[in-house]
Amino acid sequence: MSTRYEGEPAMPHEADPAIVPTAVSRGRPRAEPAVPAERIALVDLLDRVLAGGVVVAGEVTLSIADVDMVTVSLRALVTSVGALAGSDTELPGWGP
Amino acid sequence: MEPHGVWIYAVTGRVSPASLNQLSGVGHEPVRAVAAGELTAVVQDVGLAEFGEQALRRNLEDLDWLGATARAHHRVIDALAQVGPLVPIRLATVYSSDDGVAAMLAERDADFRAALARIRGRTEWGVKAYAIRRSEPQDASADAEPPASPETGAGAAYLQRRRGQLAAQKDARRQMLADAEAIHADLSAHAVETRLHPPQAPQLTGTKALMVLNAAYLLDDERGEEFASVVAALAERYPSIKLELTGPWPPYSFAADVDREGVSEHALRRGASDAP
Repeated sequence: MSTRYEGEPAMPHEADPAIVPTAVSRGRPRAEPAVPAERIALVDLLDRVLAGGVVVAGEVTLSIADVDMVTVSLRALVTSVGALAGSDTELPGWGP
Repeated sequence: MEPHGVWIYAVTGRVSPASLNQLSGVGHEPVRAVAAGELTAVVQDVGLAEFGEQALRRNLEDLDWLGATARAHHRVIDALAQVGPLVPIRLATVYSSDDGVAAMLAERDADFRAALARIRGRTEWGVKAYAIRRSEPQDASADAEPPASPETGAGAAYLQRRRGQLAAQKDARRQMLADAEAIHADLSAHAVETRLHPPQAPQLTGTKALMVLNAAYLLDDERGEEFASVVAALAERYPSIKLELTGPWPPYSFAADVDREGVSEHALRRGASDAP
């Protein structure tokens, strides 16, 4: 199980009471060892940074907004993982 | 100077520029703030030789580059999420200048502020469920099989046995999916919002077990511990399902409300292209 990592220094915001307080109150199961960002499974991370987050029309990357990116990147993943494992590169659940 | 663009990590409330000094983003370069009204975009200058549209298309196919970039993007967003609500921006969103970023913030000011209010005091958790193969199905069906009579021959006996195996597998899979739905319903009762991600392929998870649920839950911050114990209880109640809890995550899966129209359009496109 991956957890928020602890290494990042706390980042003081400007004195804005509306923004500051959540840091300490974030819920976290007891006694879970902190896992560095580097150990978070890449697939879980890609689920979020490629399929999550807000899509705004970037000026430079206008035409690779959403679904294209997910497919190219998953193709990269599957090809690499497939090559490593010697398995086929079919990816069920993801259309072309 | 090399032509450069402006990479966006997240949109948040006001941040003092000095407080970003400790953060480094993609390529370990420093990040900075672009402010507009009450909003701040946390951004970084990136060279277009590596992060321009053509270069991105190529680089996103390179697993090492993708992994390093995704982790750097996450590192900045995660650090910012520790101190206040933020709206993560999709990986690889690049503007040509600060002015473009500021114009986007101004244009979508109300959307972003609504999203920040919705996310404030809440955290995303992920739950993945895998079907555990308890025993080799062929053993069971082989035992139940009557011995082949001399007339039917080995080929027919094999086909009959194989049909039995396939039917048993189908039943097992249907039961797993029903269990996954029940688990999701239970977990959803504890969440403010939920989102289903497509199950990850076995090639990506590094396990042969079939993933039957890949969901994200937006929880009030103080409910994380309770949620973890609900997951543990469900794992006991469903011994044939393996549950994995990940998090806390910045609210990647729940920021897209700002983008609701775009998302539904995307879903429609996807649905249309998936149709036979």
